[in-house]
Amino acid sequence: MRDEPDQDLDLELTSPLVPLFVITGGHALPPDHEYGHTTLVTAGEGASAAARTLSPEARQVMDLVSDGFLSVAEVAGHTHLPLGIVRILLAQMEGSGLIIVRKPVPRAERADRELLSAVLDGLKTRFGA
Amino acid sequence: MTVYLDPEVSQAVKVLIVGHFGVGKTTCIGSISEIEPLQTEEEITEASEGFDDLSGTPHKKTTTVAMDFGRLTLSDQLVLYLFGTPGQERFKEMWEELSRGALGALVLVAPERLHESFPVLDLVESFGLTYAIGVNRFDGTTDYPLDEVREALNLTEETPVVACDVRDEASSANALITLVTHLMTQLG
Repeated sequence: MRDEPDQDLDLELTSPLVPLFVITGGHALPPDHEYGHTTLVTAGEGASAAARTLSPEARQVMDLVSDGFLSVAEVAGHTHLPLGIVRILLAQMEGSGLIIVRKPVPRAERADRELLSAVLDGLKTRFGA
Repeated sequence: MTVYLDPEVSQAVKVLIVGHFGVGKTTCIGSISEIEPLQTEEEITEASEGFDDLSGTPHKKTTTVAMDFGRLTLSDQLVLYLFGTPGQERFKEMWEELSRGALGALVLVAPERLHESFPVLDLVESFGLTYAIGVNRFDGTTDYPLDEVREALNLTEETPVVACDVRDEASSANALITLVTHLMTQLG
């Protein structure tokens, strides 16, 4: 019996319509730690002119990040491109100087306390707890 | 419409919202996220049915799985992402990356389906994530005996167990705050 109103979609299986190597021009995935889910990206200055020569998918990413910072996960979510593809496109775009990337700060023990404390304060302020 | 981050945001952190199928991960994220929850399509490799007749080796195939996430801006500089991570063993590849740098995990459990949470807890522990348990009740009652949950799941004494109704923003937020408070105490 399942009576939850909840609709978990985590088992929804999908498959790409265009072979992945076509979208990425045959480029391989960068290592996982590059462009993690929470890496933040935005378009560099003057990037929109250069974007005219990009593939349709890369241009879609460019258009999306041209107005501000988003995480890699959000870029994938908004463009509906698989995360792996988004990573390859971003790696190419960073290589061409089209985007600015803020990678997650590596964690250190002492920074952790400050960070967690900021997270906790932020949550309490936000939810009035 | 795209909701951009504050331009001053310099740090993004993540917490995993984990649990078995149907336990309420998506609902939890939806109740507290500041953006309409989004999905990523993640690639996973898994063995397909049967064996390849020619080589005699198990056939591997790559499929993609959709994963929900949400966002909370916590200050001018800090943003928190919540990733709803499915708890099945076959998603281990996703866990590899998602657990890296994650602050911790909120493990949602359903009191009437506690046995389904064991594989989830195994994954959380194998990736060394500090966690709190949110006992989600979709019938709106949050007075379920939490000690029974603690005992049934064989939890350590310091692991927080909090009742919640993930449809409710304040209740989901409270579970998240319980987790982060616990993370701070674990720093020693």
